[in-house]
Amino acid sequence: MTPISATLQNNLRAVLSADQIRPASPADSICGVQPQFLIEPATEQQLATALRLADESQLAVIPRGGASKLGWGNAPSRADLLLSTARLSRIVEHAWGDLTVTVEAGCTIETLQQTLAEHGQRLAIDPLWPEKATVGGVLSSNDSGALRLRFGALRDLIIGVTIALADGTLASSGGKVVKNVAGYDLPKLVTGALGTLGVITRAVFRLHPLPRHSRSFTISVSNPREAQQIILAIQDSKLAHVALQSQFSAEALPVIDILFEGTEAGLDAQASQLRGFCKSAKSSLAQVHPEPRTVTNAKASSSPSPWNAREDLWSFSNPAENAIAKISVLPADLARTVELIRTVAEPSRVNWKLLLYATGLGWLRGEGPAGNLHRALTTLRAELEKMGGSLAVLHRPANMQAFDAWGSPGDSLPLLKAVKTRLDPWSTLNPGRFVGGI
Amino acid sequence: MDLRILNEFRSIVGNGGLICSPEELHTYECDGLTNFRVLPRAVLLPSSTAQVQSIVRLCHRERIPFVARGSGTGLSGGALPVANGIVLSLARMNRIREVDIPNARVVVEPGVINLDVTGRVQSQDYFYAPDPSSQSVCSIGGNVAENAGGAHCLKYGFTTTHVLGLEVVLPDGSLVHLGGKTLDTPGYDLVGVFVGSEGTLGVATKIILRIVKRPECVRALLAAFPTTNEAGAAVSGIIAAGMLPAAIEMMDKLAIQAAEAAVHANYPDCGGLLLVELDGPLGEVEALMTQVDEICRSNGAWEIRVAQSEAERALVWKGRKAAFAAVGRISPNYIVQDGVIPRTALPQVMGEIARLSRENGLRVANVFHAGDGNLHPLVLYDRRIHGQEDAALALSFKILEVCIAAGGSITGEHGVGEEKKCMMSKMFAEPDLATMQRVRCAFDPLQLSNPTKVFPTPRLCGEKPGEYLPHPVESAGLAERS
Repeated sequence: MTPISATLQNNLRAVLSADQIRPASPADSICGVQPQFLIEPATEQQLATALRLADESQLAVIPRGGASKLGWGNAPSRADLLLSTARLSRIVEHAWGDLTVTVEAGCTIETLQQTLAEHGQRLAIDPLWPEKATVGGVLSSNDSGALRLRFGALRDLIIGVTIALADGTLASSGGKVVKNVAGYDLPKLVTGALGTLGVITRAVFRLHPLPRHSRSFTISVSNPREAQQIILAIQDSKLAHVALQSQFSAEALPVIDILFEGTEAGLDAQASQLRGFCKSAKSSLAQVHPEPRTVTNAKASSSPSPWNAREDLWSFSNPAENAIAKISVLPADLARTVELIRTVAEPSRVNWKLLLYATGLGWLRGEGPAGNLHRALTTLRAELEKMGGSLAVLHRPANMQAFDAWGSPGDSLPLLKAVKTRLDPWSTLNPGRFVGGI
Repeated sequence: MDLRILNEFRSIVGNGGLICSPEELHTYECDGLTNFRVLPRAVLLPSSTAQVQSIVRLCHRERIPFVARGSGTGLSGGALPVANGIVLSLARMNRIREVDIPNARVVVEPGVINLDVTGRVQSQDYFYAPDPSSQSVCSIGGNVAENAGGAHCLKYGFTTTHVLGLEVVLPDGSLVHLGGKTLDTPGYDLVGVFVGSEGTLGVATKIILRIVKRPECVRALLAAFPTTNEAGAAVSGIIAAGMLPAAIEMMDKLAIQAAEAAVHANYPDCGGLLLVELDGPLGEVEALMTQVDEICRSNGAWEIRVAQSEAERALVWKGRKAAFAAVGRISPNYIVQDGVIPRTALPQVMGEIARLSRENGLRVANVFHAGDGNLHPLVLYDRRIHGQEDAALALSFKILEVCIAAGGSITGEHGVGEEKKCMMSKMFAEPDLATMQRVRCAFDPLQLSNPTKVFPTPRLCGEKPGEYLPHPVESAGLAERS
């Protein structure tokens, strides 16, 4: 930790007003690392200047949005200044006729969706905790959910970005139009970079219309093979579903959830096709009413919905005995992956629950003593990497022995480091938190 | 380039893989943008990743700039050779390496032709979605470099949406694997950065693509409007109604006349023609088509045709796809421009283009991807008339300035290349370009990979814009820059 000098404090206070800087409290710690101050710039210029001052003093800066996913990634190797985007939260322009929005990084997803819904539009993502999660945080952590199957990931929806580099440079790339190939696609570079390359200050997104109607169904199946068979058959069919997921656990039988959006007439036709599928596969189909929280409106009922399954994984009582990992496998490796998890978890006496999207992305919760979780995750990552997949840990017990959150970037690590060094040569931003020690 | 180096190149690719006689080199002196021409010192035709690596390593050792080239159909001069450099043609690396239907992935080498990807998977009812007009000849490697688009990217996205992984030979000859067959591989999204980098970050030698299941039904509708303004209003109406068609294309009077003269698509003679294509489940498409019909009529369409069969649909598209070439029927020479505007600015921008056309005494035909605001103004001129080519070029750049002023972009799918690098500083501020340059330096510190393209004035890596200001840590002697 580099102590923040009186001079630097004065310099920061010259940029920020008195209520925009305060000593950090123990509640502000990041994975157990205690920063010294918290700043809340209200403009991009303030943010960039404060960042430059910190960089010049070789302080470590931790950007923070809604703090809902602040524990993701590795613990920072240093943390001096928390940089909150809470006051940088304006919706700059909702160009609804052009289906685009320009929004500052600190705006919550829920607030954004409510504004977009006034013109019947949405940002077609369903991230975790939209009431807290911010645009900047969701982008930095690349957090997308079930809707990714149809609408793509954040990388496919972001069309422009402004970032503050550690040296105070404010740089924009992309633009306000959906189709644009001028210059490098830096919006994609900073999406999923966990704030290690620059602080996102604003983003421009392409939008989609809110669905006229939506309908979702749950299919009960007897084993992972059957689940895989049905999911691949649906993916290979002419059905135009927007989300498709399967849920597995140590105890319960697997279920498949599927979501359609469209006109009433179109939905009826799709529902009957789906029934045909299930009949030939001898699986039972049930229509369920709740829809993904951010699909129709952010304040949807809190009744149990399969589309809240990802968030539900975090509803555990004992954080010291739970770990949550994001896994990525090939869609056709579904059954193999579930079997693998079972064989790894059972001998370690780890109880587990898996939510797997048809894209091959999944969220896995393991419950058991920290040592057992560590063993299981280590084996599982090695096996998944052999299959060409990956495993990133999002939550782990505080008392679990060291475990890299990310896994191997393969032969690209020197290039990843070169990009980091060019943009943040002193490792000011989120040091040690990203892949390969970046 | 001395004989010793040529011989070294020859030892890598063999006699048949090296072109260095002046007459043969002329084939490679330009790409689809023919008003820039540079003769390379040599053209190399590697047939494997290992050969590409050896060539690039040699270039790196000898500081020889290289330009990778696919089919040479680019329209911004991206594959224009660099004087004293070599051209790396990837035409021989044209194998489809893997077709994986259950996972909807296809792995190809860069020289594979765009349409051949669909060709390989259509029997299983899949297709490769990005469809640039040149798709029957352009290569996937070139598509990756330019982030190629096409009429259907309104719904399906661009090349970058469909590239999941890359094998890349970096400008120092090392090999890296970015992304992969699975999603969200650990690390930065360097696939996202590489796609559309116009050959400035290295050479892709293998590309993992995503393929898409064909929709149950496709319907195209043609609507004739008095002017492009009414057609534009109909486009806004369709979007406002919450629809996302597969494609919305627009042509103005001059473009329609050219298409008629060239391919007799039997288009109605009107001031603004709209082509709307919807795809998806049958019931859905039929319900929405009725609505599109109503929206067009209420915005003044006086003739509407719905293509009922695949043959009719092909005919509807024929004129649109032939539009660029068709302009040759009504003008000896023309410039194809590629600007983007927010869709709602269309009437205002069309007015500006018409004004510029009048003021400069040059005709401008307009063909657009109207759904995403991507304009292709075609500036017509006659090279034989002294000064007209320069005037036409100047006019095409003025149109791009109008696009920038409207909040748009100088290129939607053709790339910056050689042609528009001077426009980059009009679209981006100095810090924006400097930041992109830093990313470039991470990949290519010696600036050997297509070095003169995209950016206005190439800077050396490590050089900072303006006055050099030492970092305080450096001044304090605590650290030094590498």
